[in-house]
Amino acid sequence: MNEMIQETLVGWSRSQFALTACYHWLFVPLTLGLAVVMAVMESIYVKTQDEFWKKAAQFWQKIFGINFAIGVATGIILEFEFGTNWSNYSWFVGDIFGAPLAIEGILAFFMEATFIAVMFFGWNKVSQRFHLASTWLTGLGATISAWWILVANTWMQHPVGMAFNPDTVRNEMVDFWAVAFQPMAITKFFHTVSSGWMTGAVFVVGVSCWYLLRGRNKRFALASIRVASVVGLVGILTVMFTGDRAGIQIAQNQPMKLAAAEGLEHGGAGAPFSIVPGIEVPKALSILATHDTEGVVPGIQDLLNGYTDNEGNVHLSADEKIRRGRQAVNAFAEYRKTVNKDSVTAIQARQTFEENQAYFGYGHIEKKEDLVPNITIVYWAFRIMIGFGCLLTLLLCLTLWFERRGTLAQKRWMQHWGVWSIPMVFLAGQAGWVVAEVGRQPWAIQDLMPVGVAVSGISASSVQVTFCLFLALFTILLIAEIRIMCKAIKNFRMED
Amino acid sequence: MTYEFLQQYWWFIVSLLGGILVFLMFVQGANTLIFRLGKDEEERSLIINSTGRKWEFTFTTLVTFGGAFFASFPLFYSTSFGGAYWVWMLILVSFVLQAVAYEFQSKPGNLLGRNAYRRFLVFNGVFGPLLLGTAVGTFFHGAAFTVSKDAMGAFGANPVISQWANAWHGLDAVANPWNVILGIAILFLARVLGALYLLNNIDDAGLRPKLRRQLLIDTLPFLLCFVAFLVHLLIADGFAVSETGEIYVEPYKYLNNLLEMPVVLCLLLLGVVLVLCGTGMTLCRANFHRGIWFSGLGTVLTVLSLLLTVGYNHTAYYPSTADLQSSLTLANSCSSHFTLTAMSWVSLIIPFVLAYIIYAWRMIDKKSLTKQELSQEEHKY
Repeated sequence: MNEMIQETLVGWSRSQFALTACYHWLFVPLTLGLAVVMAVMESIYVKTQDEFWKKAAQFWQKIFGINFAIGVATGIILEFEFGTNWSNYSWFVGDIFGAPLAIEGILAFFMEATFIAVMFFGWNKVSQRFHLASTWLTGLGATISAWWILVANTWMQHPVGMAFNPDTVRNEMVDFWAVAFQPMAITKFFHTVSSGWMTGAVFVVGVSCWYLLRGRNKRFALASIRVASVVGLVGILTVMFTGDRAGIQIAQNQPMKLAAAEGLEHGGAGAPFSIVPGIEVPKALSILATHDTEGVVPGIQDLLNGYTDNEGNVHLSADEKIRRGRQAVNAFAEYRKTVNKDSVTAIQARQTFEENQAYFGYGHIEKKEDLVPNITIVYWAFRIMIGFGCLLTLLLCLTLWFERRGTLAQKRWMQHWGVWSIPMVFLAGQAGWVVAEVGRQPWAIQDLMPVGVAVSGISASSVQVTFCLFLALFTILLIAEIRIMCKAIKNFRMED
Repeated sequence: MTYEFLQQYWWFIVSLLGGILVFLMFVQGANTLIFRLGKDEEERSLIINSTGRKWEFTFTTLVTFGGAFFASFPLFYSTSFGGAYWVWMLILVSFVLQAVAYEFQSKPGNLLGRNAYRRFLVFNGVFGPLLLGTAVGTFFHGAAFTVSKDAMGAFGANPVISQWANAWHGLDAVANPWNVILGIAILFLARVLGALYLLNNIDDAGLRPKLRRQLLIDTLPFLLCFVAFLVHLLIADGFAVSETGEIYVEPYKYLNNLLEMPVVLCLLLLGVVLVLCGTGMTLCRANFHRGIWFSGLGTVLTVLSLLLTVGYNHTAYYPSTADLQSSLTLANSCSSHFTLTAMSWVSLIIPFVLAYIIYAWRMIDKKSLTKQELSQEEHKY
């Protein structure tokens, strides 16, 4: 019974966090991308003194402002949910995880809050150059914010730079630089931020295509497409490059996530890449995961039953890890019980604990099947991300090509494609996070802490109520935002 | 830097952020006056556009306050946020509504209509300070939680370290009237600061007399609640920590803390005097509009000194009414020596951040906001 209650609580807590994160990630990438587009436009204005570019920048700033507010609103919930819904997590790893969040506030949020005010209200109050600097600094603030929150997220995927202290019952930071600048965090930052540039760029292209379809604001639309296509292509090239890096890092650090994303039950050397079920590219997965056609990529069953990797290292079976994990948990409990009473037993218990410490997280896993994330969700999310990503790459290449040749205004099929790419780019971004986060399950922190141990001591019904509250609230606000944006886009007039 | 020094340093930073947050809640206080003082659209728009240029500072300070607490005292973060679930959720919802309300309220197609979003601002204006004040009240009077770090060592059993001892999950804070009185004091303080801010920030002959009247109306309940709370605090029992880390109840603990820490006592007195000066001078002199700076600084100092009183001098800053020994102290709830050191280096950036905030703020606020300026503004709420 207790187990059932716990499962329901964990399920609702995860749902609430996922809901908040999904909504948040609708607004943040647009903020990151629009920030670059509008800053580039304002830079052109300052350089050329052409009022056209000022008006163009101001229009995208207006859209940015509508979107920014709701991004901020969902962001605050996300930060505090680590405490409200993941109380045990907050203590168990708060010594490491809290730091990036605090630095994000000090370094990034104040920069955004300060310079966004200058950007919106300073047109007639500060010099052109100061205003331009403020516009760039607003975007820089958002980007620095992304750095620190992605450092925190990466640490959940690949915890480094810490040591467990059984006396305080938590992981403690021992290497700040390892946490703040681990290679996986750098990859994740560029992958995520450049996907934001892509989102902003596709959004601008889509809206501009809508103007072309309507036959108005033609000069504005073509100029916006020119700027956005370049920003988007830079973004997408970075997404691809870092995606490749991420593939190798995930293969090394989260092999179960990769196996789930491929639906790979049994792996081995020369593993194929599944395009869709039934269609495979031979050896492609090995190339992606190891940059070697004969590289070993373990499948789900290999990971559960144990396997030998490319370097000849033997990886334990899940059952063995769970057994050792239980030993660690029991030794930890014994240590806690005896540390102030019986030093001999305490020393022995600590020694046993330290021998099995690497599997402490597994000690809270009930059965090995629990170590497999939802394969269907992860598999299809991965395909949506890559499939839409390819379509969007083609879109941006073509819009830039036709715009340079001066024929885009006549290509209505291209304009329709541009408009329909807006939902596509958001779906691709959402799918990316689904791969990253659902693929991490059942871990809150990879191999260290399962979600079942990370939750707060609250009732499932409380979380159900707040989940419904946030679902209703965010949905209403999203509808309002879309309506406001549509009206603003529809009402915008700029003579050619 | 010793571990103890770092704990005290970070309690100071968190307390300072708390003080700045309460000062910046002039945004919330002013928003409660939108319908009360804004008799026509122009006046309401002036108030909203005036606070609308500052709301992100309050919001950001709240987020940074949370982040700094998480980084420096994670056991508080996990115990209070996970335990007093409903209080924090209500506070967050009110701030979510506020964040979108500014941008959405005057835009065509906003779904709920202009007044709905303005009511969100009023809702946040009332419940933000009230609930935050009530929550901070539990620093002095305790909350019903237990902490057992051994919980992580039992497979299959409930592994949660911090547990709330009743099903109210934070709403039980209202059972102690002194928590509510502090909440009401903070609410009226926010309104006082709101009126002072608007007097300084808006140059409008119609609004200014109304703001002065409102200032007087709000000063009285603020003073009543604040003085009552302060007197209660000085005669109340407090939660002390022995050398061995044992928590015990000590009569007149907070009074003793102030007497044993004369600098903190001076800060408190100076803070209170500045709040009164800012308010008093504004009420007495018709052309005096700089009261917000006196009362604002006074608010920062007062809140800072109260939080230092509850955290310093071997005091449990988050006492447990369910299990006294579960109470949180600076020593038992803080981050590791390494993390506090690393974060202390990061904190050296704060003066630089403050400098650019002040510079940018001055650039925007060189002149008070007027109806004429608002009518010519390219971007307005």
